[in-house]
Amino acid sequence: MTTKLEPKIPAGPLAEKWDKHRFEMKLVNPANKRKYSVIVVGSGLAGASAAASLSELGYRVSCFCFQDSPRRAHSIAAQGGINAAKNYQNDGDSIWRLFYDTVKGGDFRARESNVYRLAQVSVNIIDQCVAQGVPFAREYGGLLANRSFGGAQVSRTFYARGQTGQQLLLGAYQALEKEIARGGVTMHSRHEMLELVVVDGKARGIITRDLVTGAVEAHVADAVVLGTGGYGNAFYLSTNAKGCNVTATYRAYKKGAAFANPCFTQIHPTCIPVAGEHQSKLTLMSESLRNDGRVWVPKKPEDRGRKPDEIPEQDRDYYLERKYPSFGNLSPRDIASRAAKEVCDEGRGVGPGGRGVYLDFADAIKRLGESTIRERYGNLFEMYERITDENPYKQPMRIYPAVHYTMGGLWVDYNLMSTIPGLHVIGEANFSDHGANRLGASALMQGLADGYFVLPSTIGDYLATSKPDKLDASHPAFSAAIDDVNARTAKLLAIKGKRSADSIHKELGHILWEKCGMARNAKGLREALAAIPKLREEFWSNVAIPGSGAELNQSLEKAGRLADFLEFAELMCTDALHREESCGGHFREEHQTPDGEALRDDENFAYVAAWEYAGEGKAPVLNKEPLEFENVHLSTRSYK
Amino acid sequence: MRVLLHVWRQAGPGATGRLVDYEAADISPDMSFLEMLDVVNDRLTVKGEEPIAFDHDCREGICGSCGMMINGAAHGPMKLTTACQLHMRSFKDGDEIWIEPWRAKAFPVIKDLVVDRGAFDRIIQAGGFVSAPTGSAQDGNAIPIPKQNADQAMDAAACIGCGACVAACPNASASLFTAAKITHLGQLPQGQPERMKRALAMVHQMDLETFGGCTLFGECQEACPKGISIDTIAQMHRDYMLATAIRREESAIGGTG
Amino acid sequence: MERAGLLKFWDSSVGKKVVMGATGLILVAFVILHMAGNLQFFAGAERFNAYSHLLQVDLIEATWILRLTLLVAVVLHITAAYQLTMRNRAARPADYVKREPQVSTYAARTLRWGGVYLLLFIPYHLMHFTIGNLHPAFARGQAYGNVVIGFENVWIGIFYLGAMAFLALHLYHGTWAMFRTLGVARPSNDPLHRRLALALAIIVPAGFSLLPLSVMLGLVR
Repeated sequence: MTTKLEPKIPAGPLAEKWDKHRFEMKLVNPANKRKYSVIVVGSGLAGASAAASLSELGYRVSCFCFQDSPRRAHSIAAQGGINAAKNYQNDGDSIWRLFYDTVKGGDFRARESNVYRLAQVSVNIIDQCVAQGVPFAREYGGLLANRSFGGAQVSRTFYARGQTGQQLLLGAYQALEKEIARGGVTMHSRHEMLELVVVDGKARGIITRDLVTGAVEAHVADAVVLGTGGYGNAFYLSTNAKGCNVTATYRAYKKGAAFANPCFTQIHPTCIPVAGEHQSKLTLMSESLRNDGRVWVPKKPEDRGRKPDEIPEQDRDYYLERKYPSFGNLSPRDIASRAAKEVCDEGRGVGPGGRGVYLDFADAIKRLGESTIRERYGNLFEMYERITDENPYKQPMRIYPAVHYTMGGLWVDYNLMSTIPGLHVIGEANFSDHGANRLGASALMQGLADGYFVLPSTIGDYLATSKPDKLDASHPAFSAAIDDVNARTAKLLAIKGKRSADSIHKELGHILWEKCGMARNAKGLREALAAIPKLREEFWSNVAIPGSGAELNQSLEKAGRLADFLEFAELMCTDALHREESCGGHFREEHQTPDGEALRDDENFAYVAAWEYAGEGKAPVLNKEPLEFENVHLSTRSYK
Repeated sequence: MRVLLHVWRQAGPGATGRLVDYEAADISPDMSFLEMLDVVNDRLTVKGEEPIAFDHDCREGICGSCGMMINGAAHGPMKLTTACQLHMRSFKDGDEIWIEPWRAKAFPVIKDLVVDRGAFDRIIQAGGFVSAPTGSAQDGNAIPIPKQNADQAMDAAACIGCGACVAACPNASASLFTAAKITHLGQLPQGQPERMKRALAMVHQMDLETFGGCTLFGECQEACPKGISIDTIAQMHRDYMLATAIRREESAIGGTG
Repeated sequence: MERAGLLKFWDSSVGKKVVMGATGLILVAFVILHMAGNLQFFAGAERFNAYSHLLQVDLIEATWILRLTLLVAVVLHITAAYQLTMRNRAARPADYVKREPQVSTYAARTLRWGGVYLLLFIPYHLMHFTIGNLHPAFARGQAYGNVVIGFENVWIGIFYLGAMAFLALHLYHGTWAMFRTLGVARPSNDPLHRRLALALAIIVPAGFSLLPLSVMLGLVR
């Protein structure tokens, strides 16, 4: 019963596809747009920009977020910047180069046509954001400033201090609030989507829980858009916000939307290490620190207890410089992360639990002076000191990799529509444009490209062609979905066990981090696949959820999200086990070159793995979308 | 370490609340303040008691979700720091810690430490934006913006909307929040066409939401985790006065007043 | 119905503050002049009585214009202050169990009560030295003597000195706040710093206080 995946890639030369497609798509008459309603779930960069843009076009939009305000989505935490192929620096950038870098950076596991469109649209994003009043950094001449980022050879990253995500999100949020004031968007804050409603094979609405009153409500629309972010919190510890969850996309998966490449997760190399069992989340330190810091661990495991300044130079192992002489400390994210894991596995890691490596600025301070370093990284050093109580001017920072972003997500076609007609997925929630590894400063670009420019065009085509019937919440599909949600809530509340959801979540995170983290192997994945159902059983028999369903109940929210993570984790491991190759963030220990580098298998795995739910207790069905590379040449990434 | 907490517990919006004492033992100084509350909550949960409800999300000081009065100071004793970035090493073993929700008529308590900050969204709705529909923008470099203006706009735009300014203000005024947005957009050429309308509408909405007025105590600036200056309030007053004068002229000549 | 511009301005918290700032400016200017005028007391009875004569007789029309201006300013200042105070109280119906002021000054926190004290003081002061009905031995045209006799009662002197203490606090916060309220303060790295306000808050009340003090200490008789 496999679904035929139809990517609907327009024919014609790569550079003309989007233009041609926009002409070929059916339009909704301006007067008729008012007749169509769209639900947007999520108010991050993708969700907020989509909701605002759809409302500006004239659609009736309802937008939902679980936070108390649409301004709080986790897009806000992105520090570094947003890429765009403006070539303002005259350094040889172009749409083609951004396209090429993204496909190559993604280790050739992304769809060419989508990535090219992303690069095309990137230039409009910057213009749009400037017009909204986003205070991008400027040069003294008043023009936009750029910096290079994530190892790119050109300066194409636009930024607003270390708060680019915040400023872009506030731009989208303000556009959204403008549309709310105008009456085009109805905002539902503190509402969590708990079910997708499919009627006659089309996505026609959602069921939400009002997190303040506990009321379970049905919302009907002609199309549904999910901009609900990634699933990094499956690992419990990640750089994601505490509320980030897989529930919306996983519920859609269970209603028939294929989930693509769930094993593609990005581990960011420079995060502040775990300090103890109490740790609730991990904090990213900007990658830019690696420009001046040197990464090292002691050569001998017995030295790890010693103070770093007591370890003489000859007893230190600057392993990135040793292994990758040409890129050294600036090796890409996936490579640097794996190398850190390796040295810690050898027992040479530093700090609590031996899970950390030094990022040492002593040489840079000696060479450039403390004031230069303070100028460059002052705010990051302060943040580090606030969290660890250690002064990085005096002693090396300790860093360790952490889960940061998920490239996998619901499968979508060129129109950003999932395998369920009418269900569109945007931003990190879709599997999209980053292949097996995302480049720095590209997440913001993709979220806004989808929300401002791509979806508002493509959704019109869906509405104009499918002409959805009139429908209201009295339809049996809605009452059935409400019953499902209520039954699940009642079941959770009835457990009355002895363990908090957090304690079980930590255990799940530990399994995934060990077995499906930076390096995976078949044995470990099989162990995880055996352990997860047991933990799920423990959850369903022993979780403690005080309080009722008819009030603000954060324990219930956590448990509901964890219940979905506990199922989704299995899908992640299943995907990781099936992909017998190493690519990008997915490193299978069985598939490496003799010197320990990732070994891709283009022959057998140049496809998107889109998993389809087959029913309770049944193995998910694998659908493959072959990836064809007509414009870029498949090559091996090397950073030696 | 061990601390004694006095936490505001309130079952729901209309309910009467009270301070309840909790002892938090085995606390590590490396824990963040919210992680300390996590530990307390975990122990409550296992005992079948309702954990303390509080808003939080990113836990890296940028989303603006968290916020509570800690020992009488918004976000606690550390300057330029949100509650999630405050660490227990700021306290001593055996300390007593009072924890209360933000208190303002415009921020009604939903439960325990969770308040409704929807008033902030409505102030933004009144005019805290530039009307630039998607697709209508010209090239980003078409209008040069002096670096100084861009930097000042950024200083004001750093607001995370946490509500600490209101919480710390003896008058429960939202002046700093409102002024920060007026200043951010007012510093940029893109914000000029709607500048006067924005000042009038946002101030009007701020009053409608029942926030108090500004007496320039300066508490908001001190409490602001992003260090937004009360200079923005002077800017808001300037724009508001100018707007009143100009709008009167406009209506006199049959304009849009 | 949409209210007209100026009424809307008056309705708004910012508008009321601007009114307080503008009227405050008038009052600050007045106290500076008043204090400077008072110092002529130390130039002797003849000079001081002549100054009084100038204001009370020769320039009486101008004096009345000034008085009316001050009356309007005071009424607006107090009305706005009262209304804002009521709004501010209403903005936090349930107070904190524990709230620790971090940077607000004593001056800012006592501004309202100081205002009430000054409100009681001003009519008394007028009846004491201008109208004279609360003066034990008021003699029109004999300003110098009126002052000396007026402060012979120590309690009255103390009441005056109390008023000057509150005036000092009022000026310390009020003058600084006024420039910000009127939007004329330039951005500063340390906006809470107040030099001009401190100078005014010391000089003006000190100048005023010299009169009762000199009488009370027996330096002048």
